[in-house]
Amino acid sequence: MIAAIAFYLFAAVVLLSGAMTITSRNPVHSVLWLILAFFNAAGLMLLCGAEFIAMLLIIVYVGAVAVLFLFVVMMLDIDFAELRAGFVRYAMIGLAFAVLLAAEVVIALLGWSAGGLKLDQRIAPTPDKMSNIEAIGHLLYSHYLFVFEGAGLVLLVAMIGAIVLTHRARGGVKGQKISRQVARRPQDATRNMQPPVGQGVEL
Amino acid sequence: MIGLTHYLVVAAILFGMGVLGLIANRKNLIIMLMSIELILLAVNLNFVAFSAYLHDLVGQVFAMFVLTVAAGEAAIGLAILVIYFRGRGTIAVDDANRMKG
Repeated sequence: MIAAIAFYLFAAVVLLSGAMTITSRNPVHSVLWLILAFFNAAGLMLLCGAEFIAMLLIIVYVGAVAVLFLFVVMMLDIDFAELRAGFVRYAMIGLAFAVLLAAEVVIALLGWSAGGLKLDQRIAPTPDKMSNIEAIGHLLYSHYLFVFEGAGLVLLVAMIGAIVLTHRARGGVKGQKISRQVARRPQDATRNMQPPVGQGVEL
Repeated sequence: MIGLTHYLVVAAILFGMGVLGLIANRKNLIIMLMSIELILLAVNLNFVAFSAYLHDLVGQVFAMFVLTVAAGEAAIGLAILVIYFRGRGTIAVDDANRMKG
């Protein structure tokens, strides 16, 4: 009973905040609604026992991605009202697409629940005596180790890409160049001279 | 009783909202990126629901990888957005026609 109430609460809030995300006039509000959607989706995942993914969703999305969005939205000085021109016209087309896709999913769902598909050949059945995170850890560090490292590589490439894309080399900045300092030798930097008396040295 | 169907319906509606946002906010690149995040969230919800329904952990592992790719995509997308704004002073997608593609 409590689970059902919690499910309907989370589902209602996640759908509401999803709708507010795409219709808000102010992108900052959009980001905040998106955070609410993520929180409630994490609640939905908790309800069906996927604790690790739920916590990951909160940490990764709310802690990193949403804050990144917030930074970018606040950093850019944009007239957002101008960008909303034609919203209603595009919304009509979009609504048609969205209804079409949702209808396809529902049709597939009906076909699936009518039977005819054999989906119970499991690769990694949930162990009974382990907690969720322990079981995922066992699976991830044994069977999916290379995929896991591939995911790490994806993140590395994304990080390098983001830095390379947004980095700006500014001219006129005096910085220390250690390699040039180390490569400097005494014979390049100093000279021995025998200046005549009374004439001085020309540097 | 809450079953798999409930989860799938919620995820389908969320997915539809993401697609709607992608098309309706055609001029605003930031909202488009957020719509993509919504779509990926719906996909993750499906993965987790099926994982719980089939008592199979692979769904949750795969949801984690989807999460990874989504985070990378958001970072790269926002970086492109920032340099685009730096060069053009706007983020309207309609203006992105310099490559005449």
